[in-house]
Amino acid sequence: MSIIVFAEQRGGALRKIAFETISEGRRLATAAGDSLKVLLAGDNVSGLAVELKKFGPDEIAVVNSDKLADYSTESYAGVLADYVKQENPSLVLLGHSAIGKDLAPRVAARLDAGLVSDCIKINYDGADFSFIHPIYAGNAVATYKVNSVVKMATLRPNIFALEEADGAAAVIDFAPEIAASRMSVKEVIQQAGDRPELTEADIICSGGRGLGNPEGFDLIEQLADALGAAVGSSRAAVDAGWRDHQTQVGQTGKVVSPNLYIACGISGAIQHLAGMGSSKCIVGIDKDPEANILTVADFGIEGDLYKVVPALIEKLKEVNG
Amino acid sequence: MNIVACIKQTFDTEAKIVIDNGQVSTQGVNLIINPYDEYAVEESIRLKEKNGGEVVVVSVGGDKTQEALRYCLAMGADRAVLIQDPALEQVDNLGCAVVMAKLISQMEYDLVFCGKEAVDDGAAQVPSMLAEKLDLPQANVLTALEVADGQATATREIDGGSEVLEMQLPAVFSAQKGLNDVRYPSLPGIMKAKRKELKVVSLADLELSAEDVAVKTELVATELPPVRKAGRVLSGEIDEMVAELVSLLKDEVKVI
Repeated sequence: MSIIVFAEQRGGALRKIAFETISEGRRLATAAGDSLKVLLAGDNVSGLAVELKKFGPDEIAVVNSDKLADYSTESYAGVLADYVKQENPSLVLLGHSAIGKDLAPRVAARLDAGLVSDCIKINYDGADFSFIHPIYAGNAVATYKVNSVVKMATLRPNIFALEEADGAAAVIDFAPEIAASRMSVKEVIQQAGDRPELTEADIICSGGRGLGNPEGFDLIEQLADALGAAVGSSRAAVDAGWRDHQTQVGQTGKVVSPNLYIACGISGAIQHLAGMGSSKCIVGIDKDPEANILTVADFGIEGDLYKVVPALIEKLKEVNG
Repeated sequence: MNIVACIKQTFDTEAKIVIDNGQVSTQGVNLIINPYDEYAVEESIRLKEKNGGEVVVVSVGGDKTQEALRYCLAMGADRAVLIQDPALEQVDNLGCAVVMAKLISQMEYDLVFCGKEAVDDGAAQVPSMLAEKLDLPQANVLTALEVADGQATATREIDGGSEVLEMQLPAVFSAQKGLNDVRYPSLPGIMKAKRKELKVVSLADLELSAEDVAVKTELVATELPPVRKAGRVLSGEIDEMVAELVSLLKDEVKVI
């Protein structure tokens, strides 16, 4: 049997989640004695295979077509479903990214395969896989078994460790007939600047109501500059119109799992914790001694963020030379 | 323009999650319409108000789900259909998509609107599965939608930005926060809703069997999440706290 990983690329660049998904695929394939096959689809993407090899797949199937230049659900779903039908794997893994969330259920419905989304862990007990997925915004954790022949799962970004492995994968061409998409991409608008994307970032600095005004985010941006971090915000800051909804972390925003999450002027309501509770290290800075964030954080600083954050930026600059 | 809006009744997002007998307890929990589905219903009603036609709200659920559907009727939807069957009590996302697709395929419609995901299981599966089962194009996580002459222009949120998509109707869409501001039902709306049609259909009515909706993803355990280790609040002057923090982050947890 085999395990298939869909290697996500956008605009000809591989996403970090592609490497995370292959790393987890490798671990599971080794445990289950399966081979690991990677599907790489796009327009003129053969050159990316060499980066994927480093994570130890047994085979990389590459599909090149100008019809795959932009991501479109129907064209990509056709390619992945055809590849799965050809390989008949036990398990298909994708990232729980914007593309993976859109693509995986479409393919699962076509194949009548059970799909568990947003997994934070997958276990193999010697006979079957079980899939661990947070529910109720992380306030409970559910374990699922999938009883269809082909099982599918999407993996939460920034949770599964990258692990390089023997890189001798065979690279083969896969040339399915590609269905015309009934949808066309008119425009792609990427956020300006060179900050990491929130769900992929190693460090996130977030601001909330405690900033007092939208200009307060200038300070958060400076802190993020000092750390090479992404900038997030609480729902209160978004609802006040200070920040775009795209930056919101929490139950009705993005779910993030960075190595370091620095919350500035965020009280730490349960809806916010739902979005960042799986961060490896949390720092909370708030002047309210009763703020929940100070309890939840690994390290809390009770104080005026307009004094603490500038001091922190100075100290970081000093330490980093 | 005829629109089908799909909703799910979920726990109030403020509800405390209690596990009882390996299951999330529903005891004393306030039920609401999944917030993303509310954006879908709102957008559907706005499209109808602009272009004419009707909005039909559809859900899979139990007796209590009627309240959620009645609320959508009070907002301005025209009629509602509840798919209710003992065989659907443990239904998974694929099963939901199968039954809703069967119902919707028997209706005349121009577009189908869902929320981008339900806040309870956070799976984000049903809209795409529904589009596949109806063999329609899809656009998920919409923050804007324009419809004219049978053509839709949809702005969808992607990682680190957005994209603008064009497609012919019919199509399946899913709503993200920011698409609109959801209205509250007016008093006349609430009165009118009492007389609007709310039809309950079973699997047999849809000519489906329990086998057609058998679960593919089986929930085997539900637990509370591991408790985060208690942290510590630093003390001292600001300079001291900041120096200690940087040293902890750099040398102890090694994240910077």
